[in-house]
Amino acid sequence: MTDALLRLDRVNSFYGPVQVHFDLSLEVGKGEIVCLLGGNASGKSTTMKIILGLLKPRSGQVSFDGRPLTGLATPQIVRRGIGSVPESRRLFATMTVRENVLMGAYTRDDRKAVVEDHERVLDLFPKLRERHAQQAGTLSGGEQQMVAMARALMGRPRLIVMDEPTMGLSPLHVDKVLELIGTINRQGVSVFMVEQNASLALRIAHRGYVLQTGRIVLSGPAADLARDPQIRDAYLGGTRAA
Amino acid sequence: MTSQPGKPLLEVAGLTRRFGGLTAVNGLDLTVGEGELVSVIGPNGAGKTTLFNLIAGLDAPDAGAVAFDGRDVSGLPAERLAALGLARTFQHGRVFGNLSVLDNVLVGAHTRLRAVRPRPRLPLLGPLAELALALVRPAPVRAEEERLRAEALEIVALFGERLTPRLDQPAHSLSYANRRRLEIARALALRPRLLLLDEPTAGMNPTETAEMLAIIRSLKGRGLTILLIEHKLDLVMQLSDRVVVMDHGARIAEGLPAAVAADPAVIEAYLGHKAVGGLAEPDGAEPDGAGQGGGNQHGERPVVARAAR
Amino acid sequence: MLPTSLGPWLDYTINGLVIGNIYALLAVGLALIFGVSHLINFAHGSVYMVGAYIGWLCVTQLALPLPVTFVVVAAGCGLLGVVIERVGLRPLREAPRIAPLLATIGLSVVMDQTAQLLFSPDPRAPPTQLPAWRIAVGGGSIGALDLLIAGVGVGSAALLYGFLRFTRLGWAVRATALDRDAARQCGVDVDKVNRTVFAIASALGGVSGLLVGMYYNTIDPNMGFQAGLKGIVAQLIGGVGNVPGAIAGSLLLGLIESYGIALFGTSYRNLFAFVALIVILVLRPNGLFARARRLPPEPLTGTFIAPSRPVVLPRWAVWGLAAAALALPLAVRQPYLLQTLGNAWLFALLALSLTLVAGTVGQVSLGHAGLLAIGAYASALLTLDAGVPVLLAVPLAGLVAATLGTALVYPAFRLRGHYVSIATLAVGEIVTLVILNWESLTRGPIGVTGIPPLAVAGTPLVSGQWVYWVPLVVLLALAAVQSRLLDSHLGRTLRAIREDDIAARSYGVELDRYKALAFAVAGFVAGIGGALMAHFYSYINHETFPAPVSMLALTMVILGGLGNVAGAVLGAAVLVGLPELFRAAAEYRMLIYGIVLLLLIRFRPQGLLGTV
Repeated sequence: MTDALLRLDRVNSFYGPVQVHFDLSLEVGKGEIVCLLGGNASGKSTTMKIILGLLKPRSGQVSFDGRPLTGLATPQIVRRGIGSVPESRRLFATMTVRENVLMGAYTRDDRKAVVEDHERVLDLFPKLRERHAQQAGTLSGGEQQMVAMARALMGRPRLIVMDEPTMGLSPLHVDKVLELIGTINRQGVSVFMVEQNASLALRIAHRGYVLQTGRIVLSGPAADLARDPQIRDAYLGGTRAA
Repeated sequence: MTSQPGKPLLEVAGLTRRFGGLTAVNGLDLTVGEGELVSVIGPNGAGKTTLFNLIAGLDAPDAGAVAFDGRDVSGLPAERLAALGLARTFQHGRVFGNLSVLDNVLVGAHTRLRAVRPRPRLPLLGPLAELALALVRPAPVRAEEERLRAEALEIVALFGERLTPRLDQPAHSLSYANRRRLEIARALALRPRLLLLDEPTAGMNPTETAEMLAIIRSLKGRGLTILLIEHKLDLVMQLSDRVVVMDHGARIAEGLPAAVAADPAVIEAYLGHKAVGGLAEPDGAEPDGAGQGGGNQHGERPVVARAAR
Repeated sequence: MLPTSLGPWLDYTINGLVIGNIYALLAVGLALIFGVSHLINFAHGSVYMVGAYIGWLCVTQLALPLPVTFVVVAAGCGLLGVVIERVGLRPLREAPRIAPLLATIGLSVVMDQTAQLLFSPDPRAPPTQLPAWRIAVGGGSIGALDLLIAGVGVGSAALLYGFLRFTRLGWAVRATALDRDAARQCGVDVDKVNRTVFAIASALGGVSGLLVGMYYNTIDPNMGFQAGLKGIVAQLIGGVGNVPGAIAGSLLLGLIESYGIALFGTSYRNLFAFVALIVILVLRPNGLFARARRLPPEPLTGTFIAPSRPVVLPRWAVWGLAAAALALPLAVRQPYLLQTLGNAWLFALLALSLTLVAGTVGQVSLGHAGLLAIGAYASALLTLDAGVPVLLAVPLAGLVAATLGTALVYPAFRLRGHYVSIATLAVGEIVTLVILNWESLTRGPIGVTGIPPLAVAGTPLVSGQWVYWVPLVVLLALAAVQSRLLDSHLGRTLRAIREDDIAARSYGVELDRYKALAFAVAGFVAGIGGALMAHFYSYINHETFPAPVSMLALTMVILGGLGNVAGAVLGAAVLVGLPELFRAAAEYRMLIYGIVLLLLIRFRPQGLLGTV
């Protein structure tokens, strides 16, 4: 994978005295869907924070499109072309759907193109067109997830990072969301998603990494991972040492 | 792993909790018998921790009832439930950061203080008597403190050399895994009749997880009643007398571990729609078979070809 | 005194709405700031004071026309807001949640004291530039200034609405208020949002100060303290962070005050606001307009007090220091030095009391001087009016302060974090106002004179050594008691409440019971301190223990290390003793305290000896 869009290189991160990541290295190639699997408290969400600059690694480097993100604040990282779909959606609950989606274009000054993109995004999520004046907090979980994805797309990202995009959704919405992730990807956006639910993620991902107590214990093409006997021990927390 | 539950210790009926438009717990029924270990599993966001908060009195239900040892305790605050013998751990490890490891465990024994908190508990005189006894410290109070300290050391020793060398260190200096252990030690100091464990092995590696499994098993062996939330299915399958599966706030299955793990509805909810992958085969199933079972379901992956573009 | 015709009531209503408009300009800013940074900005009142003084300068020194004055005030205060955000708050973003609140208190002290040094503490009267006509309405009347204030209020609200609803930055402000991290992930520069909000809020606050100066025709450097509190009260009535709620709450507060004054008289004015505050906090902590049951609050696990490793003084060192302190008068015979140190020991009693509730239990009380006042008045009145001997009156005063203090703060026990601070601040003010108004008991504004000195067997203990020894012996005794308490099961229980009250509850710790115990012990200690002060000073009035004394106590406690008994003594000795010994001019002293507080919060939040 010489064409890495996002690369984490030997990242070590801490919350206070507690080390979360141990020499974490991973990469996402252009056009790829890559998933990061792992149980609760394995360091998945913290990986998201590291990529988005919400937490600074103590050592190691994060680079995007060949340029280091070291020292950049979250808004600057977003401007570089990373869109985020945070865990539990994190919409602006009392703002309207329209305002939420357009907040995604906050960094952009090309008003006209924003309007066009807004139309395109609404074509992708037609449900949001009906709901545009509604407060985002009153939507169902699946609709909220769509607003979150639409919001991320409005920044014209080259990479979207998603933290548990299917969490708490009904099976119908899970399918819908996975399908949309595929669609977005086909339009040329790379996707890095954190998932607790391995088989869901491996269904659409090209490659995957398995994280366990802050270390990558397994990685490879999604098809191989899905077949790998180790994944059960490593990821579902086997009690035998993997 | 046959279950012979004694009389029900915890009975939850029709429990419901809504947050705005979201129903986090939806008409849930659950019973835990004396001496039983029941596990609650389900995907993230299924409402498991909300359920714990409702049982432990940190949140009040919108509907439904909780009975503990035959007594209706719905709506009782957490401190009262603790006094009745209910102890819990927290998903994200809520130790008292600036207290020493030993003091953390001793706070766990708070409800058991007798000499320094005399009964009956009078409204104004009670606290003043407690203050006076704490300052004067007559022999019974000193003896009680000594006894609890000795017991705290024993509890800490359950975790081998993990916590004992760190007794006087502030809890904020502990590793993540040690904080989880300390939480359990604190809960045991309450001498609980019912122990609620919220993902005790989250963030632990396989060795540490195996260690925790042995500890929980020994607690169970001593007859402790345990309600466990856990994601590591291996652990659940090995420990549980019964498993309750939650999704979207409701109970979607309940039964013996093996039966639950084979239930298609469970597999769908827990492992993902259409992913009859068997990643959660019951204990003893061949890992190989499980893996291949999963792999076979992935024929439709849409984007492999594009990865090379 | 009750007016019977409708006319005066119309006047009271107009007056109430005008005052409400002034409060609204303050409260809206506070709500905006709380929205984006979850901070109750105690420096806001000082910005308002600065606005009043800039206005005064513009009119009297520069002879600027009124519209230009408005622009200069808004711009000047807006800039001040930016500086406050940059210097006081941004460096504390990663600090425990209480740190920025304390920083705004420090900033407020620094601004008020600087104004006092620049303009003298005396009030000044801004000349009026408005025509004197009044329009008769019904039986009442409206003047040009009333209309101006109403116009500024409505105009500001409209501008603010437009900004929040229709501009990109306004959207960013709302988004940041709703979810800070999500806003950052949309590319919002949260620092810029904070800066903008502080600028807007401070500009509005400054204009409010200008208007109030014109309305009452008097301004002084300490006008901000009460006004800032009123703004906070108004905001709480409407629900914190709720901008329309803040406007409604302000108008309501203005009317309550106006009608209240009509019914009871002017000296009760501030009492209504603080009683309203306590009532709201207890009955509707989310404000009058909050929707149904909210999510249970996310615990502040480990966020209150930073991880710390305290300095542990060995036992021999403690004994040695105590012995040295006791022996000091034998070696040093300068009465001035001994008196100064004696005063330091008296303040150390206050610090000892505060470090227990603010440090050990984590309930940051901002009204602690109220406990001193209760103890002082109790002992003085017991000896003078009830004929109780002084030696008995002092411990009785401790008990009175323990009982009253606990009872007054009891309604606030269910509150958390910043709310506790606001409630205790209000309780402190209520104590002062009751002392002022309950003339039959407290002799009102005249104060209590001729309080007898401490005496043993008929010999008054008034000489230099006794002024030093008595407070020191009492201090050592109470410090020993408090150490013993911290060493018992109560110590770990109280600290557990501070560290994580949810986890503590889950282990059977009844929060009310233990908070009450802590406040009772603290009230006793501070009450004794206040009683001793009364007998040493021989004269006290309602201004002997003003709000700045509470801030001073808090600075001592933070300097020594929260919850640290030795630290409280050290903090008092340093902050009372050193400025005195270096003969620092008295007028600089409060300024020094403010700066010390700011520096500590920024660079050594755990204090000299560390949090226990």
